[in-house]
Amino acid sequence: MSMLHTVNKSPFNSDGLSSCLQCALAGSSVLLIEDGVYAARRGTQYEALVQEALKDKKIYALQPDLEARGVKSNLIDGIELVDYAGFVDLTTDHDSVQAWL
Amino acid sequence: MSDEQVTKKFLYVNRKAPYGTIYALESLEVVLIGAAFEQDVSLAFIGDGVYQLTKGQDTKGIGVKNFSPTYRALGEYDIQKIYVEKESLEARGLTLDDLQHLVYEDEDDDWAEKDAIKLVSAKELGEIMEQQDVVLSF
Repeated sequence: MSMLHTVNKSPFNSDGLSSCLQCALAGSSVLLIEDGVYAARRGTQYEALVQEALKDKKIYALQPDLEARGVKSNLIDGIELVDYAGFVDLTTDHDSVQAWL
Repeated sequence: MSDEQVTKKFLYVNRKAPYGTIYALESLEVVLIGAAFEQDVSLAFIGDGVYQLTKGQDTKGIGVKNFSPTYRALGEYDIQKIYVEKESLEARGLTLDDLQHLVYEDEDDDWAEKDAIKLVSAKELGEIMEQQDVVLSF
């Protein structure tokens, strides 16, 4: 069944996002939180990786973390924004959660 | 002991994004201390450190203090040299327009307001590092 993956590190400082996207199966979901949200922005070196993942996975980003970092605009199309309540809904809607710390 | 003021060149190198870790805030506190002792202070932002300077940061949603307005006070401490490494900006899809506008008043030019942020290459930053008495890395 489907899994929720959370990524909380900047893609520039950790291979968490890359490893996550290599392992995550089609139909699973990835939630970007904390410094992980930098990967949601357009124009970064990691945009192609994220675009590729969006073809068969859902990608979410935690809006309060985007706002805190001043990067809530210019996001990659197809990434859905969630608040903390949405974060909770995602964890209950999936069978399990894998945190890529 | 001499009363003579010793002035050294201090460079603070910032390499971490804000909020995810405590480094950015701790660096800022140390920078303000150094500036208060009237040292020759420069700041460098490289790698994820460039994210510290983004404008429009709003931390209400994460329950953490937004310390980004403090960067605008650096000019009041006569900090005139804020180096941003341009390849780091480009790799993150950012331009100077995405960063806060930081200024200082130039004593030698009738207190004209001038831009504190200077875009530099990694090589130029390396040269700046070599000119310092003290380099502190965060």
